[in-house]
Amino acid sequence: MKFLNLKKFLFLVIINFLGSSAYAGWLDLNMPKGVTDISQEVYSLHMLILYICCIIGVIVFGAMFWSILKHRKSKGVIPATFYESTKLEFLWTIVPFVILVGMAVPATKVLIKMYDHGESEIHIKITGYQWLWQYEYLNADVSFYSKLSTPYNEIYNKQKKNENYLQEVDNELVVPINKKIRLLLTSNDVLHAWWVPDLALKRDAIPGFINEMSVNISKPGIYRGSCAELCGRHHGFMPIVIRAIEENEYKKWLANASKTKSSDLAVTKKIKGE
Amino acid sequence: MSSVVEDAHHDEHSSGIMRWITTTNHKDIGTLYLWFAMIMFFIGGLMALIIRAELFQPGLQFVDPQFFNSMTTMHALVMIFGVIMPAFTGLANWMIPMMIGGPDMALPRMNNWSFWILPFAFSMLLSTLWMDGGAPAGGWTLYPPLSLQTGDAFPFLIFSIHFMGLSSIMGAINIVATILNMRAPGMTLMKMSLFVWTWLITGFLLIAVMPVLAGGVTMLLTDKFFGTSFFNAAGGGDPVMFQHIFWFFGHPEVYILILPSFGVVSAIIPVFARKPLFGYSSMVYATASIAFLSFIVWAHHMFTVGMPLAGEVFFMFATMLIAVPTGVKVFNWVTTMWKGAMTFETPMLFAIGFIIMFTIGGFSGLMLAITPADFQYHDTYFVVAHFHYVLVPGSIFAIMAACYFWLPKWTGNMYPETLGKIHFWLSTFFVNLTFFPMHFVGLAGMPRRIPDYSLQFADYNMLATYGAFGFGFAQLIFLYIVIRTIRVGEKVTNEVWEGAESEGLEWTLPSPPPYHTFNTPPEIK
Repeated sequence: MKFLNLKKFLFLVIINFLGSSAYAGWLDLNMPKGVTDISQEVYSLHMLILYICCIIGVIVFGAMFWSILKHRKSKGVIPATFYESTKLEFLWTIVPFVILVGMAVPATKVLIKMYDHGESEIHIKITGYQWLWQYEYLNADVSFYSKLSTPYNEIYNKQKKNENYLQEVDNELVVPINKKIRLLLTSNDVLHAWWVPDLALKRDAIPGFINEMSVNISKPGIYRGSCAELCGRHHGFMPIVIRAIEENEYKKWLANASKTKSSDLAVTKKIKGE
Repeated sequence: MSSVVEDAHHDEHSSGIMRWITTTNHKDIGTLYLWFAMIMFFIGGLMALIIRAELFQPGLQFVDPQFFNSMTTMHALVMIFGVIMPAFTGLANWMIPMMIGGPDMALPRMNNWSFWILPFAFSMLLSTLWMDGGAPAGGWTLYPPLSLQTGDAFPFLIFSIHFMGLSSIMGAINIVATILNMRAPGMTLMKMSLFVWTWLITGFLLIAVMPVLAGGVTMLLTDKFFGTSFFNAAGGGDPVMFQHIFWFFGHPEVYILILPSFGVVSAIIPVFARKPLFGYSSMVYATASIAFLSFIVWAHHMFTVGMPLAGEVFFMFATMLIAVPTGVKVFNWVTTMWKGAMTFETPMLFAIGFIIMFTIGGFSGLMLAITPADFQYHDTYFVVAHFHYVLVPGSIFAIMAACYFWLPKWTGNMYPETLGKIHFWLSTFFVNLTFFPMHFVGLAGMPRRIPDYSLQFADYNMLATYGAFGFGFAQLIFLYIVIRTIRVGEKVTNEVWEGAESEGLEWTLPSPPPYHTFNTPPEIK
């Protein structure tokens, strides 16, 4: 009886597994390729290391399983007695080392590229708060707060969850495409981390310090991310949404925003109780 | 000298609870440590199940987000300081004197003390669950400024960590002193079992880094209560400095949690492969290299804090280097199995499971070392998958392998083999069901330490929750097996496992061994 239940349970698990992989598809299960040059390179690097690991895994586990299948006492094997080989030890110290160098070279190249901030025209200061983000466009008179807009009823399961559940905000960060944008990151209280997977950007927001990132988005669209450093009770509820648009649209938006967003700011402050 | 009279005198010990409170016997203290770890394993496991229950579906169902954060924090502290470390210390207490041919630990009274601190430390830590402001919820890493927002629990948290540190340092000093001073004549260092070697190195790691943690948390304490600004930028401090201090402790700590497992696996594989361990001396050197490297890689936990390029590159390279000695170990184990005559009793199954799944954790570790890619992996479920692979089917599986391997020696009774195998297969199935999907949700963008998540992560979280509950309940089988084996079971011989006698002194002793062993040093061939 007990066994039957176990079988039923396993069956359910397997069905669930097959069902979910068919539904989710491979792309949703891997790192996104993203929409910047850097993010593409990070993706390729990730896949390269993954494949190398898989090949090593197949070789090592293959040898091991071969041994498990063939070198069994039940097959009447007489155990060998060797226990040392300087040659082998030398070989499997040097070979992994060479493979590692092969990984380190492309990794370092990408890293150096990421650290090349260079010239940019647009500077946005991002400040983390418990539990929302503030965006300030430093060469324009635009500044606003951006916080979760998913209704409480959805979070507490009283209402059906919409498709952007927990990934939607009241005020999106709007940026132009094909422009180098410099992002300056800090925090007003505890540590936060600003992360948008499609841009391959993640940096900690640290009170009293300013971190720098730069990004050049190649494709218009809406990109979603979230806070990635534990920051207290609502850490799971401070998403990031970026809208990347054509430059002329962006200029219009900016002109419009400098007039209207200041009132939004007041509203947000009221909610925060300032 | 009349050895009979002396033995009789030494075998006297108080009965009942006083036996355990006043004991200075390494076997009794080993047992205490192991039972303590077992109890904490179920407490920490319960916390994990609360976490997984909340994450079964999107939305908030069972607990408040603040309590959820407390659960992740406490789960980590309990599992690291209350399960894996005491379990390995327990194994060390039981086995090291028997393996090196010594009569007991070098410092038996301190041994008693270092254990009995632990129940107090953990009572204090667990009592914070009922305090104003809740249990600590800032993560086990205690990063300020968030950890400074902890309520009444804060000083209790810090003091309990001080106590855990004291206990570990004393335990480590004792083990190092034992290994260096209590060896039977002729037991040279390079003749010692690898379990003893890995613990010798672990002991030095503990002595080196636990004081660093103690210093770091004390600075948190003074920041909170005495107006200092070590980690407060507004007062001229630096929140990132805490992370450097913490991970200078934290990374060697990772190896404190895994090196003894290497020793356990290196003891088990040769016995069931009926073939000597391949590359003994290279195993020793590899362990020492890992220990050395563990001191110069700490900032790979902090790639996203905004270190200068040179720092990022240095820590990336140093971290990647660890793959070399770790690889040597795995290759040596596989070569030990090669052309052996293997049988697959439960300890061997757990040891093989360890090698495979620890290696998977090693692969994801290598991926995490690649700084540019780490910017994507950092603080996601990919990291959660990685460290659970090295800690659960890594350290925990090694501890279980050790229990199955040595339990017949300790009790004189054989454990029920079929039930042991069922325990292994259920654990292996469910541990993978729990943690493998976490790689995918992590890559797809799910941050760690969140009580609720967006809809695309739902399926895999559900699977992980099934797995966690399955794994949790499978461990009740382990509890049953241990209790049963202590009481009844087929009597075993001295060597317990076929051909084990040549593998170490412990197998020359009776099963169960008498209360005091090796009062006169054995002869080492």
